[in-house]
Amino acid sequence: MSDLLVMRGIVKQFPGVRALDGVDLDVRAGEVHCLLGQNGAGKSTLIKILAGAHRPDEGTITLGGEEVRFANPIAAIKSGISTIYQELDLVDGLSVAENIFLGHEQAAYGFTRRGEMNKEASKLLGRLGHGEIRPTREVGRLSSAGKQIVSMARALSHETRLIVMDEPSAALAHDEVGNLFRVIRDLTAQGVAVVYISHRLEEIREIGDRVTVLKDGRTAAVGLPARETPTSTVVSLMTGRDVEYVFPQRPAPGSHEGRPEVLKVEGLTVAGHFADVSFSVREGEIVGLAGLVGSGRSEIVEAVYGARRPSTGRVVLSGETVRTGSTTRSVRLGMGLAPEERKSQALLMNESVGRNITIAGLGRYARFGWVDRRAEREAADRLVKTLDIRPPDSRRPIRTLSGGNQQKAVFARWLVEGRKLLLLDEPTRGVDVGARAELYAVIRRLADEGVGVLLVSSEVPEVLGLADRVLVLREGKVIHQSDARDLDESRVLDMIMEGSAL
Amino acid sequence: MTDARASGGGSQSTPPPVDEHARVEAAPGKGGGRPNGAGILGRVGEARHLGLVVALVLLAVVGLVTTPGSFATSSNLVSILALASTIGVITVGMTFVIIGGGIDLSVGAIMALASVWATTLATQSYGPWVMSICAILVGTGAGLLNGFLISYGRMVPFIATLAMLVAARGLAQRMSDRRTQLVQPDNNAIVELSTTRVLGLPLLVYIFAFVVIIGWIVLNRTTFGRRTYAVGGNPEAARLAGIDVRRHTMMLYALSGLCCGIAAVIIMARTTTGSSTHGDLYELDAIAAVIIGGTLLTGGRGTIIGSILGLLIFTLITNLFILNGLNTSDQLIAKGLIIVIAVLLQRRSLETRT
Repeated sequence: MSDLLVMRGIVKQFPGVRALDGVDLDVRAGEVHCLLGQNGAGKSTLIKILAGAHRPDEGTITLGGEEVRFANPIAAIKSGISTIYQELDLVDGLSVAENIFLGHEQAAYGFTRRGEMNKEASKLLGRLGHGEIRPTREVGRLSSAGKQIVSMARALSHETRLIVMDEPSAALAHDEVGNLFRVIRDLTAQGVAVVYISHRLEEIREIGDRVTVLKDGRTAAVGLPARETPTSTVVSLMTGRDVEYVFPQRPAPGSHEGRPEVLKVEGLTVAGHFADVSFSVREGEIVGLAGLVGSGRSEIVEAVYGARRPSTGRVVLSGETVRTGSTTRSVRLGMGLAPEERKSQALLMNESVGRNITIAGLGRYARFGWVDRRAEREAADRLVKTLDIRPPDSRRPIRTLSGGNQQKAVFARWLVEGRKLLLLDEPTRGVDVGARAELYAVIRRLADEGVGVLLVSSEVPEVLGLADRVLVLREGKVIHQSDARDLDESRVLDMIMEGSAL
Repeated sequence: MTDARASGGGSQSTPPPVDEHARVEAAPGKGGGRPNGAGILGRVGEARHLGLVVALVLLAVVGLVTTPGSFATSSNLVSILALASTIGVITVGMTFVIIGGGIDLSVGAIMALASVWATTLATQSYGPWVMSICAILVGTGAGLLNGFLISYGRMVPFIATLAMLVAARGLAQRMSDRRTQLVQPDNNAIVELSTTRVLGLPLLVYIFAFVVIIGWIVLNRTTFGRRTYAVGGNPEAARLAGIDVRRHTMMLYALSGLCCGIAAVIIMARTTTGSSTHGDLYELDAIAAVIIGGTLLTGGRGTIIGSILGLLIFTLITNLFILNGLNTSDQLIAKGLIIVIAVLLQRRSLETRT
C-alpha cells in the first residue's frame, strides 16, 4: 500500500499559542488511521488544516504524490478529502438527498433534478449498507446514527479518497457503533482511507490499523500498529510533557477537614447527561472534575449553578438550597461561574474590559439603579491591577486582549466580596503556558482566601496539579474520588478512557 | 493616548479634546455606546455621530439654498420639531428594544389604540389628566403583553409584535367604530400642549426633549441601561453573569409601550383627535431612524443620540421635499437610499475599528 496522504512539519500559530509545532502524518489508501492525543494536543487544528479551514504556517501536504495547498474547504473537498465533524453539519429542515448534494446539487438550468438526486442518494446510502433510509426523509427526523450515515453519504458523493471522522462514536449507542464500524470497513475495502479520531482505546483497537499520537502540538509517535501497541505505551506517549506547568503550593493534605462545607451536592441527576452525583466542596478547597468531553462535567457545573434543571437531587450552598433555573439567585447566594466557552458564554465583546468585569455585580456600584461610575471605574481598575490584566487599562475593548487576559477579566467579575463558591469550567482553554501559571496562582489565592472552587478541565495534569481533591467521571458517573496527590496522570487517563462504549 | 490614560490613575484624567477624540483611530473606549468618553459633547463628536451631524448640516444647507424664504423661518423649524416629536418619543423606546436584541413592530398600532382609548367619551368625561394616564397605561400594558409573550412565551419578537400590530389596530377600530374621535372642548388642556408655547416652542417639543434626556440617562447611567447592552450583546453571557434576562426583556417591551403611550398624548395634542389610523407605518420610520443612528439590529450596541439624529435627518428630508413641492414618491426613494448609505458607511467604520 502506498501513502495517500503525507503531511510533513506542519506548523500552525495562533495569537499567543503555537497549536501545531511540526506535525507529521502519513495515511495509506484503504487504512483506518487513528489520531490520538489529549485535549489541546492539536488534533482539531490538524484536521481543520486537512479540511482546508485553516492554512498551515509551515510544512507541506502531499496528496496522491502531488503537493497541495487548500485555499478553502471547497478546495479540500474537490481534492477528495471529506471531513465529518463531531457536531454534524447537516440542515435539519432539508431532505436526506438535499443534504447529501448540498452545494453541488444535480441541476439543469438552475432547476434541481429531484428524481435524479433521490436515485443517486439511494445508491450512496445503499453503498453504505443503509438502503433503508429514504432519500426524501427530513434529516431532522433521523437519529444521530442516521445523521452520521447521511454525512458519510455526503462525503462519498464527492469523489472522496480520504474521510476524516472526528469522534464519530461519541453520540452513538453500542450497537450503532458496531454498525458504523461495518460501514468503515466497507469503505476501506473500496480503497478509501479513514482518519479516525477517538478517545476510546477499545474502539481504536477494534477498527484501527495504525495510530499516530500527538502531544503538545508535536508528533509523539507515527504509525504504531493499532492492535499490538500496549495501552501503557500509548498512555505514556500522550502524557508527560516538555513544558511543565508551574502549579502553586498546595496546603497540606487534610487541612480542609473540619472547615464548613460551602457546597453540598446530593444525588444530582440530569437525565441523559449524568446520574446520582454527590460530593461536597469545603471552604478554601479546590475540587477538580476530570473526564472526557461528554462525560457530564460541564452539565454538572451548569446544574450546580442553576443554569440547568436537574431531574432529581439537591444542591445546597452554605446551608441554603439552590433553586434551579435561576442564575440570578445563584449569584445572589454567592456563586460565580467562568463558563466553558469564553467568547459565547462569558464575554460582552462590544464592551470594555471594565464593563465586562463589573456587569455581574453592577448593583454594588449603584444606588436606586443609578450607577456610580467613579466607584465602578475604581473597582475595575483595582481588579485589573490585582489580576495583572495586560494592558492595564480597564477602558480598552475586551476583544483586543489575549485569551489569558480575557479569562482574567472573567475571573475578576467574581472577585468581589461575598463570593463563596467559584465554578471554573476549562479556565485555561486557549491560554498560553505563561498565562496559565498566573491563572493557577490566582485560583489558589482565591481558595486560600476561603472561597470554595469547583474546577473542570479536560487536561488531566491541570486537575491533578491544581486541585486538592479529584472526582473522576466517565459517562455521567463518578467512578473515583480521592485526594489529588494519590493519583497520577496515566492512572486517571486509564480510568477515563478504558472500557467505554464497547 | 493609552499611556496618558493609564498614568491618569484612579481619578478621572482630563478628557481629550472633543475633535481629537473623534479623529484618533481605534482609540480605546470609542466603541459603540460606551459612555467612558467626554460627556454628551464627546459622544456627539464620535466619528459615527459626526457623520450624522454633517449629513444634518448638509440637508439644512440644501434647505437654505433651495428655499431661502421658507426654510429658515421659525414656524418651519417649529413644525419640523413638532413633526419629529411623535415618532421621536417612539424612537427612544425602539432604541432600547433594539439594543436589547429585539424589535418592536407594534409601536404605531399601540399608539393608535392608546389614542382611541383615551378619547372615548367615557374616558374623556374624567378630564385631560385621566386621558393622558389612560393613554400611557394602555401603551405600557400592550408593551408588557408583548414582553410577556416574548420572554415567557418564547415567541420570536418579530412575530409577537406583528401579532400585536394587527390585533391592536383591530381593537382600536372596534372601540372607535372606525370613526375619528375628537378631543372634547372640556379637555382642551391636551390640545394646549401643541398650541401653548414656551420660549417659542410648543410644550410637546419639551415633552419630546424630556423623554430623550430621561432615555439617555437610563441607558447610560443606570444598571438597567447597562444590562440592556449586556442582554442584547450576549444573552447567554448575561444570563450566566446572573442577570434575569427574561424579566429584563419584558421590561424593555414595556418601556417601548410606555413611549407609545406618551406619543399618543402628543398625537392627540397635534391632531386634536384619537383615531385607529394614527401612526400608520411609524414602526418603519422608528426602526429606520434607529438603524441610521448606528444601532446594530443584532443588539448590544447603539446610542439614543444616534437614533434622534437619524430621526431628524428623516424629518428634514420630508420637510425639504414638501417645501420644494416635490413628489412624495421621490421622497420615499430618497429615504430608502439614506438607509442603505448609512448602513454601508457604518459597516466600513466598524471594520476599520476592529
